[in-house]
Amino acid sequence: MSEPPSYPSIDPTTFDLVVVGTGLPESMIAAAASASGKSVLHLDQNKFYGSHFSSLPILELTSFFNSNSTPLPPSSSSTSATSSDDYSVVNLAIRPLYLDVEISSFSTQLLDEHSNKFNLDVSGPRLLFCADSSIDLLIKSGASQYVEFKSIDASFVGDESGKLWSVPDTRAAIFKDKSLSLMEKNRLMRFFKLVQVHMAAASDRDEGNENQEEGKESEISEEDLESPFVEFLTKMKLPSKIKSIILYAIAMADYDQDNKEQCKDLLKTKDGIARLALYQSSIGRLTNAPGAFIYPIYGQGELPQAFCRRAAVKGCIYVLRMPVTSLLLEKSSGVYKGIRLASGQDIFSQKLVLDPSLTVPSPSASPLDSFHESFQFLCMRDVKQKVARGICIMRSSLKPDISNFLVVYPPQSLYPEQITSIRALQISGNSAVCPRGMFVLYLSALSDDAHQGKKSLNAAMNALFTCPDSVNLESSCADQNENAELKPTLLWSALYIQELATGQFDSISFTPMPDGNLDYGDVLDSAMKLFQKMYPNEEFFPDTVEHDDGLSLEET
Amino acid sequence: MHGRPRKAPVPEDEAASAAKAEKLRALQSQVLSNHRHKIYTEEALELSTRLVEINPECYTAWNYRKLAFEHNLTRSDSNPNSVKSILEEELRVVEIALRQNFKSYSAWHHRKWVLSKRHSSIEKELWLLEKFQSADPRNFHAWSYRRFIAALMDRSDVDELEYTQNLIDKNISNYSAWHNRSVLLSNLMKKNVEGFTEKDEVLTKEYELVREALFTDEDDQSGWFYHLWLLDQTVKAKSPLLAVEGVNSSTVNVEYGSNLNQGLVWKPLSTYKSRAAQAWITQLSFPNADLHSLEAYPVEITVGHCQGIISSSGFHYSQSSHFVFTVRVQPVKKELKEGSGVEKISWTDENFYLCEPHFVESNLVAWFHQLCLKNEHEPVANAWQVKIIEEEMKHFCMLSDCKIGKLTLARLLTAYDALMSSGKLVHSQEILGLYIDLMKLDPPHYQYYKNEHSVVLLQQVMSSRESLLSRCFHYRDLTSSSRGYPMCLRLNKLSLSRIGSFAKLLWVQMLDLSHNELQSIEGLEALQLLIHLSLSENKLSSFTALEPLRQLKSLKSLDISYNEIGARSIDTTRYLCSSPLSNSIGNEWEQDRILVDGVSMTNYWEAFFVLKGLNLTQLDVVGNAIADENFTLFLVRVLPTLKWLDGVQLNLF
Repeated sequence: MSEPPSYPSIDPTTFDLVVVGTGLPESMIAAAASASGKSVLHLDQNKFYGSHFSSLPILELTSFFNSNSTPLPPSSSSTSATSSDDYSVVNLAIRPLYLDVEISSFSTQLLDEHSNKFNLDVSGPRLLFCADSSIDLLIKSGASQYVEFKSIDASFVGDESGKLWSVPDTRAAIFKDKSLSLMEKNRLMRFFKLVQVHMAAASDRDEGNENQEEGKESEISEEDLESPFVEFLTKMKLPSKIKSIILYAIAMADYDQDNKEQCKDLLKTKDGIARLALYQSSIGRLTNAPGAFIYPIYGQGELPQAFCRRAAVKGCIYVLRMPVTSLLLEKSSGVYKGIRLASGQDIFSQKLVLDPSLTVPSPSASPLDSFHESFQFLCMRDVKQKVARGICIMRSSLKPDISNFLVVYPPQSLYPEQITSIRALQISGNSAVCPRGMFVLYLSALSDDAHQGKKSLNAAMNALFTCPDSVNLESSCADQNENAELKPTLLWSALYIQELATGQFDSISFTPMPDGNLDYGDVLDSAMKLFQKMYPNEEFFPDTVEHDDGLSLEET
Repeated sequence: MHGRPRKAPVPEDEAASAAKAEKLRALQSQVLSNHRHKIYTEEALELSTRLVEINPECYTAWNYRKLAFEHNLTRSDSNPNSVKSILEEELRVVEIALRQNFKSYSAWHHRKWVLSKRHSSIEKELWLLEKFQSADPRNFHAWSYRRFIAALMDRSDVDELEYTQNLIDKNISNYSAWHNRSVLLSNLMKKNVEGFTEKDEVLTKEYELVREALFTDEDDQSGWFYHLWLLDQTVKAKSPLLAVEGVNSSTVNVEYGSNLNQGLVWKPLSTYKSRAAQAWITQLSFPNADLHSLEAYPVEITVGHCQGIISSSGFHYSQSSHFVFTVRVQPVKKELKEGSGVEKISWTDENFYLCEPHFVESNLVAWFHQLCLKNEHEPVANAWQVKIIEEEMKHFCMLSDCKIGKLTLARLLTAYDALMSSGKLVHSQEILGLYIDLMKLDPPHYQYYKNEHSVVLLQQVMSSRESLLSRCFHYRDLTSSSRGYPMCLRLNKLSLSRIGSFAKLLWVQMLDLSHNELQSIEGLEALQLLIHLSLSENKLSSFTALEPLRQLKSLKSLDISYNEIGARSIDTTRYLCSSPLSNSIGNEWEQDRILVDGVSMTNYWEAFFVLKGLNLTQLDVVGNAIADENFTLFLVRVLPTLKWLDGVQLNLF
């Protein structure tokens, strides 16, 4: 369709670090390395920032999925590995990380008119806890000055009837809750207070205060801390309804904690309590955010961009639309030396960080057997799990009067075989992710296989929407369903399965794929660890004095 | 606004505040000078504006502004625009001052004054209040101003009630909002506003609301206070033991012989010169009675037939009651008065013999029992009251693992027993158990629980015939009791810290309260017939704690041995103490202060104050820190009738 792109040439050609891909972890590493005075080249084959963390208009999103869901044929001009004068050249390929992409449009006309006004998150639903470490990092790195946030108004627990129950996460919410009995309110609040006392005592200890006389008995015992959280909740005499709220809507556990055989991640009490404490300290931490969460205006793709801007300020060089075709390895030792760009230019660096979708095609294709072992990890990176994600566009809110909110479907809440919780996040046009008056719903659920994952998403969608059933996809349109319940009607949806590739550190490092969590905690952790392994003597964003203004939150 | 620690000033702050003070002084003298010379020009006003902006508490400046305001208004009366601008300017200045210190009494007062002058631009006031109240939702200045504005605007109490609901929804600890709610509801019920006519429905709804708050956070006090208020609204009419005022010959009819109310003077038995008292006394005189005829004179008493008796909580007693008894007039036994034959009372156990039941029943006990207002005449407690209390009891059983839950349960059970009345204390054992738990659970408030426990325990003792009989004794044996010793009620060794149930003790002439933990004997003044009293082995720590004894004119023997009188210079267990400088005793003391040659009596003013008017023949003070040789000398002088002091006959000196 278009002319073969004319690539710019890059000068200089030698860097301390080359980062390929502009997802959030790559961008953090680029920004951190630049802040530590390293010379960094940051490349992305796409014309936009964010890679797997980007927010895209509908068409770009579709083509992003297309290019990442089927392996690209190896380019004809190069064999798997060739030798130039000084280096062995190992070709790179795109690894398909999105499977079963299913895009359905029920109102083509409406969406076509506005298709460029969308900023759809590739790795939704995702939020920031107001008190989590990623907020601190945003402020510390100075990236916060480039992002504005919107507060999430509420969170709910959903059931199969489509009803949404407020999560009683604060004292005022418990007081006002109509669904809890008096004793349930009492037990829940007592539990919250126990956690507060425990956390206060723990932070006292951290500060080295020896004054531990009082409150000792109300602290949680070491034995309890190591026990499964679900058992501790039972021990605290919390009724099952409240246990479920705490486990899945506050501590955000993924797997059914009551089902020990299938639970792949049994939450320990100490972790559960840490998550509950994070949730609680998030509430009211920021002035304009009454709830626990905030979301970046214009979508989560703003976050990697903010770090990239920060990196650019510190001297990092950016080149978009620049695919990397091959690795350059020293002939004798197989040590990494540099990369070859689609432009043909060779760039040399000491370190390389690659986006998780890049890989080396099947090792058998490579004639350079001697290098196989050292580079086997490039193709053997393990993919343990999958996450099913969904993006839905509606013309009305799932909950009248509330624009931005989170819904959690705990395991088994929708159908008996549902073993993971399903999270759904509605973001409205007032956060600039879609035209005003429209709403975007992001869904996700961990799953072992694509079928199971899709089933989860569909169950949640059936509970929430009047779904145009698959038979009359073409004919059904929003206005035809006047007699249907007052559930909103779906205009467009994308359902897909994403591989949860993990990150890896070696002479060449890989960043991980977006995980199945709601927050950025693990993304930040892995970026920080990777950075520290590369640069053990450098601080991950040294303290500077310039950051001052904290976080900007749009008034609600 | 709450719970913020005060920081020590740093030197820079001190320098700044010194500079500010300098500026303030200059400004202040200029304003005062303008005030004196009645200068109300724009420049002069501007100076006062600057002054109140810096120091909103400067009330002279506000007063000056009031004068200026009126002065300027009269000058511009014709022009509505300039009136408006004067008004707005004044409100603006107050607003700035309030921003500086929104707890300034003077500034709030000035604002009220301005608004009450001309009812304009009130709309803005609610908006402003919203700002102040969101900055500090519990600021009582703003709340009282809110009530003022609501009244001025004629805003309905229902709307204001809704507002308190919103604030409570946001934060259940907003004590001010709960309080305002109680004020508004009282008004609405009093005015019989639609939707608030049925007290039981209104209260039931409020109980439901506050229950949600209490179960959500039982550690928060605000809701509990509101709950206490609701409980008070539910059972107020029934609460006994309230001090009343307004007892006189028009509110109480006494018919005896051929007299109706003739020359009857009712006196409150109160220690604090208050017009209210739990016990009132009057004396009937039978001038024409034949002392030896043993004639019985009927006495008829009617009370509550007209309004006028009001309890200290504002409740009007209007339950018309009527009762009749007879009196016999007898000559006073001379031998007791003469003193030579006065025997020493010894309160040891071997001197007391349990009374025969028939003796007790033929005695004063039964006689006084007839005098109680009978419950048959009163309507039984309203069904809704019982229902509400039962409902609350059911709920707070569930919270009985926390201290305030236990306390509330104890209060509810007490209220329930009082409602069901008829003297049966169905729940007393349970209530006592709750208070015992509370004493262990909450040591800082031990004394309060102990006191409540004591009162209930005493009620329990006095409530049944069996338990009362087990505490009635003869002093010495039957033969000696015929020589003039009254029956003795022994309430010893009960570890009482407070006494109550006085209405059931009115007949007592000989009372043993020894071996308890009494710190006060408040209320004992009602026992007008008391002749012999033992308070030995208690925790009384001053003579002023014995003040009720001053009203007991029949008291002959008093045992206060082994207490803590004089051990501490100040009695910290009591809040209200008389002092030698107070009017009540000052003059008397001055006149008599040099009683004993060479020995200063200054330290004994409290003892003097309590004992002076008594005609004691026997006193035991041994075992108190105050008791020494000087005190003995003092006592002998103050109590000329004394025959026995600490077991020693005084004639032997």
